[in-house]
Amino acid sequence: MSTSTIEPPDFLDRAITSGSGARAFWSRFLTCVCISLAFLTLIPLLSIIFLLLKNGLPNLSLSALTELPPAAGMVGGGFGNAIVGTLLMVAIGLVLATPFGILSAIYINEYAPASRLSNTVRFVAKLLTGIPSIICGVFAYAVIVLPKTGWLAWIPSGFSAWAGGFALAILILPTILLTAEQALMSVPHAYREASYGLGATNFQTIWRVVLPDGLPAIMTGIMLAVARAAGETAPLIFTALFSQYWIQSFNEPTASLSVLIYNFSTTFDDHQKAMAWTASLVLVILVTVANISAQVIFRKKQ
Amino acid sequence: MTFTMEQPQTTSESEKSGPTQQTSPRADFLKVTNFNFYYGKKQALFDVNIEIPARQVTAFIGPSGCGKSTLLRNFNRMNELINGVRHEGDILLNGRSIYDKKIEVIALRRSIGMVFQKSNPFPKSIYENIVYSLRISGVRNKATLDETVERSLRGAALWEEAKDRLHESALGLSGGQMQRLCIARAIANQPEILLMDEPCSALDPIATAKVEDLIHELKRQFTIIIVTHNMQQATRCSDQTAFFYLGKLIEFDATQQIFSNPGEKQTEDYITGRFG
Repeated sequence: MSTSTIEPPDFLDRAITSGSGARAFWSRFLTCVCISLAFLTLIPLLSIIFLLLKNGLPNLSLSALTELPPAAGMVGGGFGNAIVGTLLMVAIGLVLATPFGILSAIYINEYAPASRLSNTVRFVAKLLTGIPSIICGVFAYAVIVLPKTGWLAWIPSGFSAWAGGFALAILILPTILLTAEQALMSVPHAYREASYGLGATNFQTIWRVVLPDGLPAIMTGIMLAVARAAGETAPLIFTALFSQYWIQSFNEPTASLSVLIYNFSTTFDDHQKAMAWTASLVLVILVTVANISAQVIFRKKQ
Repeated sequence: MTFTMEQPQTTSESEKSGPTQQTSPRADFLKVTNFNFYYGKKQALFDVNIEIPARQVTAFIGPSGCGKSTLLRNFNRMNELINGVRHEGDILLNGRSIYDKKIEVIALRRSIGMVFQKSNPFPKSIYENIVYSLRISGVRNKATLDETVERSLRGAALWEEAKDRLHESALGLSGGQMQRLCIARAIANQPEILLMDEPCSALDPIATAKVEDLIHELKRQFTIIIVTHNMQQATRCSDQTAFFYLGKLIEFDATQQIFSNPGEKQTEDYITGRFG
């Protein structure tokens, strides 16, 4: 029994000593830094929610949701007309922007991905996503609100729900277009090949295969656009202005939550200031509910 | 189907093959003449001439990039979906050019089924996958659709496995089942020709064997052209084999002849594994 065996070095020994080395210290230190920064990020977000609940909740009641805004010095009242106005103008914006956005996305992704027109549309849409919302407001003001003569005279002038919806449509169009394009792009090419291989036309392939598969992502894009549009103030100040009353027609100045928050939070009246908090809470809830429900309803089936 | 049935007396060429058509399948059912094909400036096929007989299995073999898939994809004009492609020469199906201006590419593709390398069922139910070709041609009759589903699934040897889950998502099938579903989908519209672009390259040996058995069954009804990298597969399931190299058709003969006694040095080098 004189066979000598070669002992393997003890790797675990080295593993134990390296646990106390400088490298291990830096590793732990950086982990701690990342965790702390993640918590710091939460602070502003949580403070907003905390402040909204603290200041907004006490006045949240059925009458706040259903009554007209109180005049300065009055108590009670609500912002029912502003909720209706916001929902209405967001809806107008969506109805105007969604067909343009989705159909353009279909064109630039399915029909002519590399054409000069497609590249131009894509480039302009990307530029427009960065345009400040107040510019959309000024544009809509010029196009709709200002009195027009000549061949444009048929467009109703003046502050109106139409003008507000139009401004929001301009604002959300690039978002809808670009997210819809992304959604269509993520549909596997193999689906299109299979469809064309079975003798489907362009339209049949898009309608029966590409759109159904891309729909959840398209809807998510639309909901993001809604969330952005619902919170915008600047485009609405220029176009829909504000109203103390229930909306009677699409052609008159229209109240919105965001403009109400802006108006009420800058007055000296304490009750109106309190109402601004409540309206903010309601706006955030509306946007959150819209976001979550869209994700639940259009979640991709596995 | 939709477009091939023209009276054969119209051209002199068809007259010759007219009488034989009734007794045995045409030997030049699919005929490629002086065919060149370009992706942009890059030429992918050089002066290809080949005559593919009906109701038989023809295998295309050759190293990657040799143009075999390119030629296959020209038979149903799928290559036209790519930007900047062009072709010279002609492809005749039953004596008529598939590039004839009167022929609608949609109708052409409906009578030529295609199975792809990677199985690509739609994210729909098994049932909807199979009736897709009928739905896009406007068939609404439930009995017809049901009948087609059963016939196609039986044809693709998938009926027993799928009959109880017709309305479940096709994406829940195994890899081999998915590929057989794609075959079922391709034969649902009763095409004349079945093009298979490396149909087994992503399948395990058992699933491959099932698909190969299926090919044997299907050649009674369809003209099958199969692109394969697998030499054994070509010997097992094809009647003729065409060997392509660098965009040229090097040799085309009975499969047995190609593999036992190839006429060209390049063919021999390839099938004995000296390159490729």
